[in-house]
Amino acid sequence: MLEKVKEIVADSLGVEVDTITAESSFQKDLGADSLDLMDMVMALEDEYGVEIPTDDLGELVTVGDVVKYIDKIEK
Amino acid sequence: MIGKICGTGSYVPANYLDNNDLAKMVETNDEWVRERTGIVRRHIIEDDTTVSMAVKASKEALKMSGIEAKEIDLIIVSTLSSNVILPSAACEVQRELEAVNATCFDLNAACTGFVFGYIAAQAYIISGIYRNILIIGSESLSNFVNWEDRGTCILFGDGAGAAVVRAAEGTMYLPVTHSDGAIGHVLTCGSRHNKEWIAGSKDDNTYMKMDGQAVFKFAVKKVPEVIDQALEHNKLDIHDIDWFILHQANKRIIDSIARRLGIDIDRFPMNVEEYGNTSSASVPLLLDEMNRKGMLAAGQKIMLAGFGAGLSWAAVVLEW
Repeated sequence: MLEKVKEIVADSLGVEVDTITAESSFQKDLGADSLDLMDMVMALEDEYGVEIPTDDLGELVTVGDVVKYIDKIEK
Repeated sequence: MIGKICGTGSYVPANYLDNNDLAKMVETNDEWVRERTGIVRRHIIEDDTTVSMAVKASKEALKMSGIEAKEIDLIIVSTLSSNVILPSAACEVQRELEAVNATCFDLNAACTGFVFGYIAAQAYIISGIYRNILIIGSESLSNFVNWEDRGTCILFGDGAGAAVVRAAEGTMYLPVTHSDGAIGHVLTCGSRHNKEWIAGSKDDNTYMKMDGQAVFKFAVKKVPEVIDQALEHNKLDIHDIDWFILHQANKRIIDSIARRLGIDIDRFPMNVEEYGNTSSASVPLLLDEMNRKGMLAAGQKIMLAGFGAGLSWAAVVLEW
């Protein structure tokens, strides 16, 4: 799942996929602001058919956090 | 018969605050505001009111339409920020225009208000009830802005836009409209006419309050959906549309909507940079600006889309 999430992150934030790792922080490393994060969240929701409430955004600091989060709610 | 827009007008106060002015009032800066909103200036009333701006915009629209004020059958003022409660803003406009034969009422659907007003005008004309209708969006949002809240004070501005809609031959396009009061809490402004309100209290809720991320998500999800529905109901392809005139809330919202629809951003004209979010005035302000620049040609198809507090959202195709 990490590879697919990396692709979505790259596409939503306009960064090269090669520069993204599981440890990349959206705000510190990838330069995302709160609206970029919403764009990314919506792309993730479309891809995985899940709902990510805005209250949960605080948990999603790195790319790895997103993978874990989706894994958890898909189960 | 359907309704055709035969005149547009707009008015904004000359006075404005740019991002650097706001940086002296709250902790923010020009670059931050530009990047997140696309807004550079917002015009702010001094001596004007919601009614006086509505009157000025209407006079321009009437002049262009060639229709006399006394021929107007209906005046709808869309506003959430009227300076009058009784009589309605629409009746005040009627008096100033001497539109003596008009029926008048106000409509409050926040940022979707002008689009709902346009759809109401179409329904009245198609049903044969009225022939000449003046619709106005006029807002003095600066009266409802908390100038100490850096999250919202950067966003809003004042202004008015108007359109004269006249009965004419043409194709009818079905609109698509939605409201969902169950999620209305993400964008609110309490009334000062309630028991709890105490002037100057710390938890004063009588300013516009917004959960920005939730509103962004709502707009970016629902507006492409309602545009698709409006296309489908009228058997149109998205490439049949020449212009997408959206409520000017925030450049980033419009950018994301365009991307989700897969349509070039050049087809989404914007003036949010100059005026900020003027709620129900934004669509007619932009329409008038484009009209006066000669950007609109007969036969062009325009998608109007509004979205905002309520929450409410709508899309309708019009043929110029």
